[in-house]
Amino acid sequence: MGNILSLTTFLPLLGAVILALFLRGDDEDAQRNAKWVALVTTAVTFLTSLFILGNFDASDTGFQMVEQRDWLLGLQYKMGVDGISILFVMLTTFLMPLVIASCWSVTTRVKEYMIAFLLLETLMLGVFMALDLVLFYLFFEAGLIPMFLIIGIWGGKNRIYASFKFFLYTFLGSVLMLVAMVAMFSAAGTTDIPTLMTFTFETENFSILGVQIIGGMQTLMWLAFFASFAVKMPMWPVHTWLPDAHVQAPTAGSVVLAAILLKMGGYGFLRFSLPMFPVGSEVMGPMVLWLSAIAIVYTSLVALVQEDMKKLIAYSSVAHMGFVTMGIFAVNQQGLDGAIFQMISHGFISGALFLCVGVIYDRMHTREIDAYGGLVNRMPAYALIFMFFTMANVGLPGTSGFVGEFLTLVGIFQVNTWVAAVATSGVIFSAAYALWLYRRVVMGDLIKESLRTITDMGTRERVIFAPLVFMTLLLGVYPALVLDITGPSVAALVVNYETAVAAFEAAAQFASN
Amino acid sequence: MIGADIQILMPEIVLAVFAMAALLIAVYTTKDALAPLLTWATSGLFVLLAIWIGVNGQGTNVAFGGMFIDDGFARFAKIVILMSAAAVLLMSESYMQQRGLLKFEYPILVALAVVGMMVMVSAGDLMALYMGLELQSLALYVVASLRRDSAKSTEAGLKYFVLGALSSGLLLYGASLTYGFAGTTLFSGIIEATADGASLGMLFGVVFMLAGFAFKVSAAPFHMWTPDVYEGSPTPVTAFFATAPKVAAMALFARVVHDAFGNIVSDWQQIVAFLSVISMFLGAIAAIGQTNIKRLMAYSSIAHMGFALMGLAAGTAFGVQAMLIYMAIYVTMNIGTFAFILSMERDGRPVTDIQSLRMYSKRQPLRALAMLVLMFSLAGVPPMVGFFGKFYVMRAAYDGGLAWLAVAGVIASVIGAFYYIRIVYFMYFGEEGEQLDSKMNPVLWTLLMGSAAVMLFGVVNLFGIEPIAAAAAATLVN
Repeated sequence: MGNILSLTTFLPLLGAVILALFLRGDDEDAQRNAKWVALVTTAVTFLTSLFILGNFDASDTGFQMVEQRDWLLGLQYKMGVDGISILFVMLTTFLMPLVIASCWSVTTRVKEYMIAFLLLETLMLGVFMALDLVLFYLFFEAGLIPMFLIIGIWGGKNRIYASFKFFLYTFLGSVLMLVAMVAMFSAAGTTDIPTLMTFTFETENFSILGVQIIGGMQTLMWLAFFASFAVKMPMWPVHTWLPDAHVQAPTAGSVVLAAILLKMGGYGFLRFSLPMFPVGSEVMGPMVLWLSAIAIVYTSLVALVQEDMKKLIAYSSVAHMGFVTMGIFAVNQQGLDGAIFQMISHGFISGALFLCVGVIYDRMHTREIDAYGGLVNRMPAYALIFMFFTMANVGLPGTSGFVGEFLTLVGIFQVNTWVAAVATSGVIFSAAYALWLYRRVVMGDLIKESLRTITDMGTRERVIFAPLVFMTLLLGVYPALVLDITGPSVAALVVNYETAVAAFEAAAQFASN
Repeated sequence: MIGADIQILMPEIVLAVFAMAALLIAVYTTKDALAPLLTWATSGLFVLLAIWIGVNGQGTNVAFGGMFIDDGFARFAKIVILMSAAAVLLMSESYMQQRGLLKFEYPILVALAVVGMMVMVSAGDLMALYMGLELQSLALYVVASLRRDSAKSTEAGLKYFVLGALSSGLLLYGASLTYGFAGTTLFSGIIEATADGASLGMLFGVVFMLAGFAFKVSAAPFHMWTPDVYEGSPTPVTAFFATAPKVAAMALFARVVHDAFGNIVSDWQQIVAFLSVISMFLGAIAAIGQTNIKRLMAYSSIAHMGFALMGLAAGTAFGVQAMLIYMAIYVTMNIGTFAFILSMERDGRPVTDIQSLRMYSKRQPLRALAMLVLMFSLAGVPPMVGFFGKFYVMRAAYDGGLAWLAVAGVIASVIGAFYYIRIVYFMYFGEEGEQLDSKMNPVLWTLLMGSAAVMLFGVVNLFGIEPIAAAAAATLVN
C-alpha cells in the first residue's frame, strides 16, 4: 500500500488513456461505453480513496502515507495527506462519479468529454496531495487545460468569451505565485512543502518605490500567492470570471468548478499562506477580512437581481466563499475548522444546486428564471430536492450549511466584531435570494404553456441526488465526522502561526526600543 | 601541431568537404534530379555528425592558438543545431518536391549554413566569429529567396540581406572597437584586458556587438526583419530559420559575453535584460493581431528569444544552463509546430491563415491533440515541457538578482498565452469552416507526434538533458 496516493491520483488518468486508445467510433454504443468506463474509473478511484481514509490517523498532525522520489532541478515528486488535505481528496473522489453520472444525457463528443473529466480528476487530486511547490503548481495550472476545453467545447452560446476569460484570468493570477515559488526555492533551497512550513522567510521591512513594505519579503510572497488563490477562490473584486464561466459551462463542468476547483483557493491559503507566511498573513489579514465581508454582502445583493439561475448560484458561491476566507484569516480553531467545513459542505450543496439547474435545463434548455414557475405541480420530487438544497444553502440548522457558517462567524467574532456583524447580515440576504429563487421557479401555479408536459426526475437523477442529500444531512447533524479529522492539524497550524507572529512582534518591539 | 588542430576541427571539415563535393557532383551530373537523394544524405550526415560529436567529444580542446574552441558548451549547441537541421531537411523534401522548389543547391546551402553555425559556437576569436557568422548568413540569404518567381520570397531574401548586412556592419564596428581597446581579437586576450573594468571605448564595442547579436537572434528592438522573412520564405526555410540559426546565434551570444566579457558582467547584464524584456512583450503583444500562422510564429520566436535572453541576463553558469535547456526545448517545439504548418494545405496549395484550422479536431483528432500539446507548451502551461524551460530561466534570473525581469516575464507569458490558446480555440470550438486537406506526409506526421510526445512525457525527467546542459554551461562559465 506504499503507493496508495499515487495510485488514487493516476487511476483516472489511466481510465482516460484507456478511453483514448481503445474506444473507437462515435455511435450510441461507443458513447455508452465511454460513459461506463468513466463511471467505473471514478467509482474505483473513490474506493481506493476509502483506503486512504481508512489508513489515516487523525491524531497525527504531520503528513501521512508520504511518497517521495527525486525529480529534476532538485525538485521532488512528493505526495502526502494531512488532516487538512484528506477531506478535499475525499470530496473530489466522492463527487466525481456523481458528476459523470450527471452527464449521461450528453451526446456530443462524449469520449472527449469523459477524457477531459478524468484528466481533471487526476489533476485536482494531485493539487490536494502534492507536497512539492512545483509539483503543486504543475497540477494547479494543468487543471486549466481540461476546464478550458470543457467550457469551450461543451459550453453555452457565449462559451468562447467565457473560456478565454477563465483561462487568462486564472493564469495571470497564478504566474505571480510561480515567481514567489522561485523566490522561495531560492531563499530556502528546497521546494519541499513540509520543510517550507517550518522555514522562516525574511521579514525585515524594506521599501519599493517609496512604499514601505511591512513584513518585507514575506508580505510580498504572501501577496503573490494571494493573487493566485484570491482569483481561484474567487474573492471580490476578482470574482468576475466565475459567473461567466459558470453560466457558459455545461452542468457537469459547473458542478466540478463550484464544488472542487474553487476549493483549491481555500486549500492554498491553508497550505501555503498561513503556515509559510505567518507574518505576511498577519499584516494583510485585516484586508482579507474586509474583502470577505464586502464579498458576502455585495455578491448576495447581486445574486438577488439575477435572471439566470446559474448566475445566481454562482454569485451565491462567491458569497459562501467569503465565509471561508473570513474563517481562514481569523486564524483560530473555530474559524479554520469552520472554513474547512464550509468548503466541504459547499462542495455538496453547490454541486447539488447546479445539478438541480441541470435537471430542468436538460428538459427546457433555458436557465432563465422567468421561463419557469409552478414546477411543484408537475415535479414534486424535484421540488423536494431543490427545497432541501435551497435550505442547506441558506444555512438551515440540521444541514451542513449551518455548521460552516456558524463556526466561521464564531471564529471571526473573537477577532473582529465589526466584520462579524457585517457578515452576519449576509446570512439574511442569502435567505432572501435563495428563497425568492425557489418561489419563482417552483411555487405558484403552472401557467407557462411550455411547462405543461415537463416530467419529474427519473431514477438516474434521483440516484445522483441521494448521496448528496445523505452527506448534507449527515454532516449537518454530526459535524464531528469532519472536525475530528481536521481538528488536530488545525490546532497545530494555529500554534505554529501564533508562535511565528509572536516572534516577529517581539523582534519588532526589540528593534523599536 | 597542425595535425592536432585539424583533428579538433574534423566534424566541420567533413561537413564542408561533403558540401563542396556534393556541389561538384550535382553540377556535373543530373543536377536537380539528385536533390532528393542529396537532401536525405545531408540529413543523414547531420545525424551521424551529431552522434560523432556526442560520443567522441571529451574535455576542452583549443585549436589554432585559441581561434577555435571545442568544449562541452560548443558540443551541446552543435548537437542541437545538427539534429534540428536534420529534422528540417527531412520535413522539406516532399513539400519542396511537390512545388518544384527542390533544387540541389538547397541541401548544400543548408549544410554550408550549418558549417557556419558550428564555427560560430566554437569561435574563440573575433575573426573566427565573423567568419562563421557570415558563412551562415550568406547561405541563409540565398535560401530565403529560394522561390525566385515569388515576389514575397525575393522580398524576404532582399530584406534579410540588407538588414543582415547592416547588423554585420554593426557587429564589425563593435569588434574593431574591441580590438582597438583590447589589442587582441582573441577572447582569452579580451577577458584579460578587461580584468579591471572596461574603458569607454570598449563599452561602445560591447554595445555594438550586442546589437549585432540581437539582430541575429531577432530580439526586439532589432526584430523588424523577422515577420517579413518568416512570411515570405518557403515554409521549410522558415522552419529552418526558426530553429538552428537561433540556437547558433544564442550560443554565440553566450560565448562572447562570457568568454570575452566575463569580467564586465554588470556592464552587459543591463543591456541583455533590456533586450529580454522588450522582446518578451513585443512578441506577446504584436502576435495577437496576426492571422498568418507563419507571422504568428515569427512573433512567437521573438518572445521566446526574450525568455532565453532572460537566462543569459543572469550572468551565471546556471543562467547559461537555463538558456541551453530553453533553446533545446524551443527547437523541439518549433520542429513539431512547423511540421504541422507544412501539412496545412487545401487542394494541394499551402494555407497559412489560422482561420483555416476551424474545427480541425473533429476531422483529425490526433493531430489536433498534438497541436494542442505544442500550443500549451509554447504558452508555458504545465505539465508541458515548455513550462520547465520558463521555470529554469526564471530561476536563473531571480538568482541573478533580476526579480523584476522574472515578474515581467510571467506577465508577458500570460499575454502571449492568448494567441496560443486562440489556435486551440479554432481547432476545438470555432465555427465550422472550409476544410484543410486530410493527407499528411508520414515524415511530417512522425515529427509532429514525436515533438508533442516529447513535450508531454518530458515532464518525467526532461530526458536527462539537465545534467548535460549543466556540464556544458560549466565549461563556459567558471
